[in-house]
Amino acid sequence: MTDAAAPPAPEGRPGAKLKAAPVLAADGRPLKRSLARALRMQKLRALALVAPLLLFVLITFIAPIADMLFRSVENQIVSNTLPQTTELLADWDSTTSEAPDEAVFEALFFDMFLAAEAKEHTKLGSRLNYERTGISSLFRSTGRDVGKIGKEFQTALKEQNELWNDAGFWFALMTGNPPAPRDTALVKAQRNRLNALVSGTYDGDIGFAPSEEIARILPRTAREYTAFASFEALVDGRDVAKRKPWESVHAALVLDVKAPEAPAMIAAYDGPGQPELLALAENAAALPQPDFKAAFIEADKDWGRTRTWQTIQMYSPPFTAGYFLNAVDLEKTPEGIQPRPENQRIYVMLFQRTLFMSLVITFSCILLGYPVAWILANLPMRTANLLMILVLLPFWTSLLVRTSAWKVMLQQQGVINDTLVWLGLVDDAQRLVMINNQFGTIVAMTHILLPFMILPMYSVMQTIPPAYLRAAKSLGATNWTAFWRVYFPQSVPGIGAGSILVFILSIGYYITPEIVGGTTGTFISNRIAYHISSSLNWGLAAALGSILLAVVLLLYYAYDKIVGIDNVKLGG
Amino acid sequence: MKLARTLMATSALTLTAGLVNAADMVNDMTLVSWGGAYQKSQVDAYTDPYLAEHPEVSITWDESSAEAVAKLRAQNEAGNITWDLVDVTIADAMRLCDEGLAMEIDHDEMLAPAPDGTPASEDFGNTILSDCFIPQIVYSITFGYRNDVDAWNGATPTSVCDVFDLEKFPGKRSMYKGPIYNMEWALLCDGVAKEDIYSTLETEEGQQRALDKLSTIKDQTIWWSAGADTPQLLADGEVVIGSTYNGRLFSVIAEQNQPVSMLWDAQIYDVDGWIIPEGLPEERLARVKDFLYYATDTQRLADQAKFISYGPARASSGPLVGKHATLGIEMAPHMPTDPANAQNIIMMDFPWWADYRDDLDAKFQAWLAK
Repeated sequence: MTDAAAPPAPEGRPGAKLKAAPVLAADGRPLKRSLARALRMQKLRALALVAPLLLFVLITFIAPIADMLFRSVENQIVSNTLPQTTELLADWDSTTSEAPDEAVFEALFFDMFLAAEAKEHTKLGSRLNYERTGISSLFRSTGRDVGKIGKEFQTALKEQNELWNDAGFWFALMTGNPPAPRDTALVKAQRNRLNALVSGTYDGDIGFAPSEEIARILPRTAREYTAFASFEALVDGRDVAKRKPWESVHAALVLDVKAPEAPAMIAAYDGPGQPELLALAENAAALPQPDFKAAFIEADKDWGRTRTWQTIQMYSPPFTAGYFLNAVDLEKTPEGIQPRPENQRIYVMLFQRTLFMSLVITFSCILLGYPVAWILANLPMRTANLLMILVLLPFWTSLLVRTSAWKVMLQQQGVINDTLVWLGLVDDAQRLVMINNQFGTIVAMTHILLPFMILPMYSVMQTIPPAYLRAAKSLGATNWTAFWRVYFPQSVPGIGAGSILVFILSIGYYITPEIVGGTTGTFISNRIAYHISSSLNWGLAAALGSILLAVVLLLYYAYDKIVGIDNVKLGG
Repeated sequence: MKLARTLMATSALTLTAGLVNAADMVNDMTLVSWGGAYQKSQVDAYTDPYLAEHPEVSITWDESSAEAVAKLRAQNEAGNITWDLVDVTIADAMRLCDEGLAMEIDHDEMLAPAPDGTPASEDFGNTILSDCFIPQIVYSITFGYRNDVDAWNGATPTSVCDVFDLEKFPGKRSMYKGPIYNMEWALLCDGVAKEDIYSTLETEEGQQRALDKLSTIKDQTIWWSAGADTPQLLADGEVVIGSTYNGRLFSVIAEQNQPVSMLWDAQIYDVDGWIIPEGLPEERLARVKDFLYYATDTQRLADQAKFISYGPARASSGPLVGKHATLGIEMAPHMPTDPANAQNIIMMDFPWWADYRDDLDAKFQAWLAK
């Protein structure tokens, strides 16, 4: 029985032979391919037509927003500025009460020295100051102190031999004999370190490469000298051979010659500067013993405190959730994520207030706008057009002018209070407070956003045939029933469109709440603006903005599920 | 065709003209300032005389100083610095210097010495608070009060602590919508010695103490964010006493003849000046340096005080301050630096605020919103 249900074999069908030879178009190509080609051409042409707008939107709208939102998690600055320190710090146990050991401080010295030369350390200080107060000035002052810390070694070396203060001698020493193999990997590594630090894209030749042998005998010196050479050549565009090395290079040399295996390795070496190096290594005890930990703590006692190091360690990873936590009144601590202290919680409250006030404004707009739209839609065209101008006129007036006008109206010595006092309704000493609070913001914003509610309502109501109402009444409905059962349901798409417009506009409003909102009527957008323009905490501003965007999208989704976005009409 | 040829010829001409100048310095400059009476005083005192000497130069003003830090950062990230010289407060100058957005200045090399030969760095003295900063004026944040309040029974405020005295001086106040200035005054009036203000503010208890003091007047206070707010509120009678920049109060009192008086007690000094954005091309930098040398010399700084009541940042300019250019009144008594006005001053600790501003601002805003 199953055979009967199976489709007949292709061979059995008439016309099956035709299938084997494809249908050809007029130009002799297979029709299918021709058709696909034509369709593709059509699609391409359509794409080309929308391309200008698409590119415009992508370049000027989507890309900047994406870039800005990305800042809410981006945190490369810490590991880019202090690469060696953050690497070593990963192993430090942040729950101890001990600051990290000497190795971390040594790394900090070299990282900080290069950062200070490139003037990047204060940027990191500002960044970390958002997380812990005081780090900004700690980094600023330490940037000045690293030079002093390194100076000690420079002076000590110079006392041993004047050659250690000679640019040419250093260059010859680090380069080695001309045929010696070069350590190009080190050059590349240091160039990358510099690029990460200054967010640069330097790719040129630095006019120097350490010999492999010297890089093996004096690893720290070779590293720091190469970093110095990269900076001089790439950033400042100078000839390394004529520049005296930085104090950090001298400090690195002292560390290297004090290494236990150094004298033996230097003795076996036969490149330029060998006698001087050997003299240093044999007399290493005469050189000051580097103690960077003590030096840093002496420069600023905050370096000895674990909370400074906890902050650096916590924000070492290239991406952080810190800004988002901050945006919802939480914080990262060594014990995990904790709520912020009571006296610093503000953002959750502001988000709630923004949503609540936007809803209130949307509803006041519906209440005030619906009758107006009704009248406009039901009046004869000529009168309606005239009245329409009254709706549009404020719409064309500057936002600032309208907001300032409300100030004049609502303030305690303003028009409304003066009138009430004159009428004797309010005592002169008890004038009403109607501005610099929530009430002022709601009144001013309802007025400003009203046209956005009236216009979509009006255009929807215009399309409702008046005959429906008459028909309802002739069938015995009361005025109220006719309106509520027949007219209102048809006007809902207009209310929906107006509400979405007003709500989304008001949730991001900034100027009006700033001017008339006082302390209780400001929105989350006012804090975002503060972080963008005053505190420069763009990461936090981006996190707050992302949350606001997510909330709006979520509400939009909920609206679509409940009311249905198809029911929204902006026009007939 | 003809049009195209003309266009090509013109651009070729412009190009050669550009090349000739490139060796020297460019002829247009964009200066950024605060707008209003202050920018006008800079036009009158600095740029008009400079343009009279250099008719080939054209100057564009941009009134963006309030957002200078954010905009400079954005310009720097976009790799397109369009500003040549930016007027900022010292707090912003420090931020810009920290961020590497402002150029470091050698004051003695780039600025004119005083007429008696004192080098610029000494003449400007302690107003050079950042390596990137070229001071112009010393101004202060202080209080103005209405002198026609019936409820005060003829009393007038004489001390900054009268602001916190609602019994003797009832009425609304206006204060800056941020922790800066307010925290200092609150602690001072809560009995903290002037020199201990900042060390007290470093502790949680000290911060709470300042906020508690401010809480006593919180429901009687309108918080301002623009310098023009307090003068407007005073003139309207919305507030009876309020803080703002002393120059704004001067124009309410002397130019608009409102019934307002100055309360100079415990004025907080602030400094305003220029910064040069980092990364200007040579030719533009050359023009900026030329202008800057001229615009910050002793006479020019003294001239500015003819138009606005801010004290010149150079010590040598002080004796040259004369009368107001249009009102004809002697300007010296209206300067925050005048000895009679400067009997009790608070010198703001700018590096301290650079550290604590974000932290205190979060606490202050949370307190405000309660």
